[in-house]
Amino acid sequence: MTDQKIRIATASLAGCFGCHMSFLDIDEKLVQLNERIEFNRSPLTDIKHCGPSDIGLIEGGVCNADNVRVLREFRANCKVLIAVGACAINGGVPAMRNYFDLRECLEEVYLHGTGVTNPQIPDDAELPLLLDKVYPVQEVVRIDYFLPGCPPPADAFLQMLMPLLDGKAPHIANNQLHYD
Amino acid sequence: MGYHAMAINQNTLTIDGKDVHFEQGQTIMDAALAAKIYIPYLCHYPGLPPSGNCRLCVVETNGKSVAACITQAQAGQRIHSNTPELNVVRKMITQMLFVEGNHICPACEKSGNCKLQAMGYYLGMHEEHFHHFNPRRALDASHPAIFLDRSRCILCDLCVRASRDVDGKNVFAIAGRGADAHLIVNTDSGKLGDSNLDRNDLAANICPVGAIMHKERGYVSPIGQRIYDQQPINEIALGEHVPEHKERDHD
Amino acid sequence: MLSQYPQNCVEFSAGHLLHKLYVLQQTYLHISTESMAQVAEEFELPVSQVASVVDFYAFFYQKPVGRYHMLLSNCTSCGYQTDQHNLLEIICRLLNVKPEITRPDGRVSVGETSCIGMCDHGAAMLINGVPLVGLNAEKLAHITHLISENQPLSCWPMEWFRVENNIHKQDVLLNEHIQPGSSLKKALAGDAQRLLDIILHSGLRGRGGAGFDTGRKWQLCREAEGKAHYVVCNADEGEPGTFKDRVLLQSYADALFEGMALCAYVIGARKGFVYLRGEYRYLLNHLQNILKRRYEQSLLGPSILGKAEFSFDIEIVVGAGAYICGEESALIESMEGRPGIPRIRPPFPVTHGYLGQPTAVNNVETLIAAAYVAYHGSDWFKAMGTEQSTGSKILSVSGDCRTPGIYEYTYGISVQQVLSDCGAKNAQAVQIGGPAGTLVAKKDFSRQISFEDLLTGGSFLIFGAHRDLLSVNQNFARFFAHESCGFCTPCRVGTRLLESSFQKIADGRATRQDIQEIKQLSAFVRRYSHCGLGHTAANHILDSLQDFSEAFDEKLVQTSFTPSINLDAALEDARQITRRDDADAHLE
Repeated sequence: MTDQKIRIATASLAGCFGCHMSFLDIDEKLVQLNERIEFNRSPLTDIKHCGPSDIGLIEGGVCNADNVRVLREFRANCKVLIAVGACAINGGVPAMRNYFDLRECLEEVYLHGTGVTNPQIPDDAELPLLLDKVYPVQEVVRIDYFLPGCPPPADAFLQMLMPLLDGKAPHIANNQLHYD
Repeated sequence: MGYHAMAINQNTLTIDGKDVHFEQGQTIMDAALAAKIYIPYLCHYPGLPPSGNCRLCVVETNGKSVAACITQAQAGQRIHSNTPELNVVRKMITQMLFVEGNHICPACEKSGNCKLQAMGYYLGMHEEHFHHFNPRRALDASHPAIFLDRSRCILCDLCVRASRDVDGKNVFAIAGRGADAHLIVNTDSGKLGDSNLDRNDLAANICPVGAIMHKERGYVSPIGQRIYDQQPINEIALGEHVPEHKERDHD
Repeated sequence: MLSQYPQNCVEFSAGHLLHKLYVLQQTYLHISTESMAQVAEEFELPVSQVASVVDFYAFFYQKPVGRYHMLLSNCTSCGYQTDQHNLLEIICRLLNVKPEITRPDGRVSVGETSCIGMCDHGAAMLINGVPLVGLNAEKLAHITHLISENQPLSCWPMEWFRVENNIHKQDVLLNEHIQPGSSLKKALAGDAQRLLDIILHSGLRGRGGAGFDTGRKWQLCREAEGKAHYVVCNADEGEPGTFKDRVLLQSYADALFEGMALCAYVIGARKGFVYLRGEYRYLLNHLQNILKRRYEQSLLGPSILGKAEFSFDIEIVVGAGAYICGEESALIESMEGRPGIPRIRPPFPVTHGYLGQPTAVNNVETLIAAAYVAYHGSDWFKAMGTEQSTGSKILSVSGDCRTPGIYEYTYGISVQQVLSDCGAKNAQAVQIGGPAGTLVAKKDFSRQISFEDLLTGGSFLIFGAHRDLLSVNQNFARFFAHESCGFCTPCRVGTRLLESSFQKIADGRATRQDIQEIKQLSAFVRRYSHCGLGHTAANHILDSLQDFSEAFDEKLVQTSFTPSINLDAALEDARQITRRDDADAHLE
């Protein structure tokens, strides 16, 4: 079993899936990569819960209770957990609500905003409950590596993953860093 | 060697082992920049009086840590600047500036031209490390050409000095204490629209981050092709200075 | 002493920006943007400067405070958190008011403030700027009643406002009561150089804590060229636990003014200032009465004691709540009508001080000691203390002891001796020199108060065995975050981060890794900040981690990582808004 595939799990929390799209932008190298990896939980597989994995990629910040549960599940099951993209690393665009109270935000959106009909703040128990702020993932669980960018360029995913597949620590060169 | 060293010692110091000449009255920063040696900074601007607030230009001399921009150059000083330890300290400072304000790069028109961001790149900052303060800071869009987004202000004081010392207008000041420190406008209403700030003033153009921005100007160059997308801050900084004195508005 | 009696209206020179703003604050209970614009015009200042001053000092408000405005000290000695009660919570509940928010009827507001220098009087507050001491739950109930009846402060029990000296041990300085003018008479018999030589020879060093050689300071200032020279007395003792200047200003002000005049004689100053901390404004009338008498006695004013070429005036500038103004260059900024932000040093005030001119800034106690040195001679002074620490030191002793108050010792006294004298039987630690100073553990009680060993401005905070040192540290961390001027990044952000780290420990959510982070951050703030506030802000943490690590360990959780926030608490807002309480509405 020497050529057992590296198992990767991915999730988007409070994100836009843009990082996932960028990951797919590595194009034909996906084929190469596919020889060495397999996906566990991921929007690409539709597996609902994260099983034991070698690498977890988390896109998006933590905005609700459900995000926290998913993130904890990843941390518990992934040997290496990587925060991918601006939202995971610092909350990103969703965190722009952090300068307002949650109540103000919800009232503006669901009660007083323009074009609101049937004003009512959703309270269904099916809905994930919102946290007071959108938090970076590293404020909630321990994170091993960070891959900044909005989204990180396709090549950066390779730079991060390839060494890990070989059991080495990845290194993103300073001139490859982008926060946008 | 001995004779040579004696002769130049009078106005020479070393930065990371390299001999640097200076003129009396120069700071360590002045001397370094003149010698094309980069010491990181955000609140400094060659040609404006130094402030010393950001502390990125921290260097070690004689076992002490000093800010290069406000410390006089002295003969024989042995200065350590580009060391792994100091760059860790500088990264911490940069992270502190990030978490203290609201810096959402993907949503900021300054992105790519932002010195705080560029400093993060230069120092290899992958994440902000400290918990975010999420301050609520007032936005001022009252001026026809310029808007003020205090969320992104790093309190570097450059606009304050540029307006006072170059533009001759004294439009800005910093008020408040501690983490409540914030930029204010020198008008009775406190609004930028009531000031005589002109879009061509140095103060309207010196902001290192996206706090003082020009209205109706966006995406002149696309993301990915902006200043610090092309060249790192340590190279850009060496060509930076206050522009020649220009004719002032007659108002 | 009737002069201590609360007075709502104190007359004094409104020529200073801080004083003008004080009058506005008193009159209108806040300083409106319109007022700021008017003041700017009157003082010919940019309105932004006035606004930044109003914003900087704790005792100025932009929204109206209550007609009864109470600021409870949050110091570990005179603060609202007593062994039994949280007095801030009690008074807020009694008055139905939230901290820092004026009650809708405008009658009352309650807030907290840094140490007000009443540490030997139990819990204390400033009410409309006047100290009210010895607070307890009963007194707060009585206060609530008086407020509900709208009783003016002048009708409140007088003894509540009585501030005692509480001098328990006197040595050379506090025993001395020389006739006003006698030091000056002696000094003026010789020339300035002779006086300077005496001060130099005495070995007198600054009593504020840093211990710079006083004679040397005067000499540098005397030699510095300038259009004018200035003497400034730093009466802004803001270090929590310090109150000796309060006592000196109350009962030894003549010697202080005498010392200032002597300094003026040496450096060639015609003008001097006392920068009085806003918390001690109640002493202003008293000080001005003494100044007035000294003018009448020709100990101030033109041709002092008939010496034609020696004229000297003293003016009092009253601060408005900012610890940082105890830093000499911040103090000068404040005197010049700006926020108290420390200057770039060098140049130092001795060459570039008030209005850019040579200025000698000295502590109250230093100037008084100088007056006695001038009278008795340097040999008298040098005979006391240790080799590098001549003379005596006045300590402000407070905390867990039987008799808090003022204790004067010749330098070299051991911590243990002080503890015995004040009846502190069960001390586990003493914070020497206040939160910015040194935490001394029981095993080191043989250490000495001196410039060779333990430097101090005089604050001597005793923590008994029952005290939770973690909450003491948390208190100090809050203090520095609140008092950081905000100028430089390491202190502005670092002190705030340290404050929240302590919250995490106190909440029982911190790990060993968090302690490592605190250590690293403390060392960073200490080394890379711009001024003394930042340089000393983390001392208490590093000291505590070294000697009292178990106080931290007890609170730690034994996991490798915990979130920076309490996640379940972070859902509370949403639970309330949606009225949900189902299982999914919680996180463990």
